[in-house]
Amino acid sequence: MAFFLEVLIGGLMAGVMYSLVALGFVLIFKASGVFNFAQGAMVLFAGLFFVGFIGLGVPIWLSVILTLVVMVLLAIAIEWLVLRHLVNQPDIILFMATIGVSFFIDGFGQSIWGSGVSQIDIGIPTDPILLLDGEILLQSFDLWAAVVAGALLIALVLFQKTRIGRALRAVADDHQAAQSVGIPLNVIWIIVWSIAGMVALVAGVMWGSKLGMQPAIVGLALKALPVLILGGFTSVPGAIVGGLIVGAGEKLAEVYIGPFFGGGIENWFAYVLALAFLLIRPQGLFGERIIERV
Amino acid sequence: MLYRESGQFKTSYSADQAIFTIPQDRVLFLLLMLAAFVGVPFVATDYLYTALIIPSLCMALAALGLNILTGYCGQVSLGTGAFMGVGAVAAWNLAFRIPELNLLVVFIIAGLIAAAVGVIFGLPSLRIKGFYLAVATLAAQFFLPWLFVKVGWFTNYNASGVITVPRLELFGWTIDQPVEKYLFTLGIVSLLALAAKNMVRSNPGRQWMAIRDMDIAAEIIGIRPVIAKLSAFAVSSFYIGVAGALYLFVYLGSAEPDGFNINLSFQALFMIIIGGLGSIMGSFLGAFFILLVPIFLTRGLPLIGLDLSTAAIAHTELMVFGALIVFFLIVEPHGLARLWQLAKEKLRTWPFPY
Repeated sequence: MAFFLEVLIGGLMAGVMYSLVALGFVLIFKASGVFNFAQGAMVLFAGLFFVGFIGLGVPIWLSVILTLVVMVLLAIAIEWLVLRHLVNQPDIILFMATIGVSFFIDGFGQSIWGSGVSQIDIGIPTDPILLLDGEILLQSFDLWAAVVAGALLIALVLFQKTRIGRALRAVADDHQAAQSVGIPLNVIWIIVWSIAGMVALVAGVMWGSKLGMQPAIVGLALKALPVLILGGFTSVPGAIVGGLIVGAGEKLAEVYIGPFFGGGIENWFAYVLALAFLLIRPQGLFGERIIERV
Repeated sequence: MLYRESGQFKTSYSADQAIFTIPQDRVLFLLLMLAAFVGVPFVATDYLYTALIIPSLCMALAALGLNILTGYCGQVSLGTGAFMGVGAVAAWNLAFRIPELNLLVVFIIAGLIAAAVGVIFGLPSLRIKGFYLAVATLAAQFFLPWLFVKVGWFTNYNASGVITVPRLELFGWTIDQPVEKYLFTLGIVSLLALAAKNMVRSNPGRQWMAIRDMDIAAEIIGIRPVIAKLSAFAVSSFYIGVAGALYLFVYLGSAEPDGFNINLSFQALFMIIIGGLGSIMGSFLGAFFILLVPIFLTRGLPLIGLDLSTAAIAHTELMVFGALIVFFLIVEPHGLARLWQLAKEKLRTWPFPY
């Protein structure tokens, strides 16, 4: 039982990381209908800049601000150079464009800061915590990650109640109607991409402290896709819950089902789970019923 | 002046249905094929064959298959690499376990096996589309290579999991020189490309395009989406499977099934975006273009005085690909094939456009 709990909690904690990446996807998808494949690359990009600034001897608080500035600039650049020219194109063209953006910023970040693995240390304690008379081993770092994800979730939900948040939701519902009541689409897009950039920074710092900042993080974008299908493309809480399910599910599957297949099922479990979900409940757990059936 | 159709009249239905209705096009195409089959072996070096020409032909065939699915039928797939792997592993097992089987039969059966697997993973497309489908194909991309590695039978319980291709032989003709490999590949690819060209301009192709442009309207005019979509998946996977088998047999020689990973899928997707969505020729242009870029970066840049490190080249490559994708999607969604068409239009009225 204790072992089961330990695996479960370990999986949930890994799931928090997926959730952090998936959050960025959901924000952009809700506000602009763009399926942002580049979110994983943005996590790497933000993380590399953050590590880079610290490496230059900039204090942590200033590095955070500088990286945020960089992410806002990136958002503006993407809006100016890419999104603006692709208005009214089919969704799938936009999706492929974000794959291009993903490759570009992946290469760009690495050309500036190099592609080595660098550890981020911002003073989050990493000592283990023992529960249930020492039967369950927890990393206190994972708890901190959960706290950060929770705080981010609350902040985003509260943000939706603000004036800008309302504008974002209006744009998400109907571009034309939003425009006709005077909401500037381009500004909204820049804002939402900037927020996604900030979420990417948080995710980057967390991943970087846990596993080191490395190019493989871009692959996270792919893991976040099944998370979104489970949670629903349009739901912020859905991204969190979906991430937890995927994280816990793949760890449990690896430990309990994996041995029958010779292990390694962690790599595809999430996708097959999402595939099954697509056939049963395509809008996800919390999503709106917007999926187009054929 | 030279290239115009005025004064040429079609007097029969078969003339109207020809692939190239204008004699100039026919002559140009024949010259091109002549150059490919006879001219290239005179000029190309072994390096050129192994580094550029053979892999581009294999990848062009894979891109062609993906183009049938994505460009013509509108179903996005990120599973190209996995289906190439299915073709490669199937072909290797056939050739290894039944050595007396003719090489062409091996490729055809491997393609059919890939087609069957493609149809299975295409089933979700009956209910979902767009990037939902992309995720479904991602499941194939991660699941299939894992299966090939884990189930030892696929690699004949080889400890390292590497499969090495036996000697290639076709009707007593041993294929081991790069030139011979090139001609063999070119023959297969040309035949399949011709078949694809005819398919997309006849009934199945029109069904696919109707589904792509608007599935509900297509259904109302009497196209059965189930048949149209699954046939697109089957044909596409057949092409991709044969391409995978060629890639392993002719280009790689030996490989781990793990190598048929998501990078190949992205490469094929980039090829059809840059070459042209919904164009047979575009698949070839895109494949050559995508494989030329890294060669240009590693060998061309030093010539003009820019010397980059290997890592810098890898990063520049990513940036160049990303920028090109965005550029083509914005400026010319129909890719290089469309540019060629524009050039032909210009040529029609040249030199007196008014």
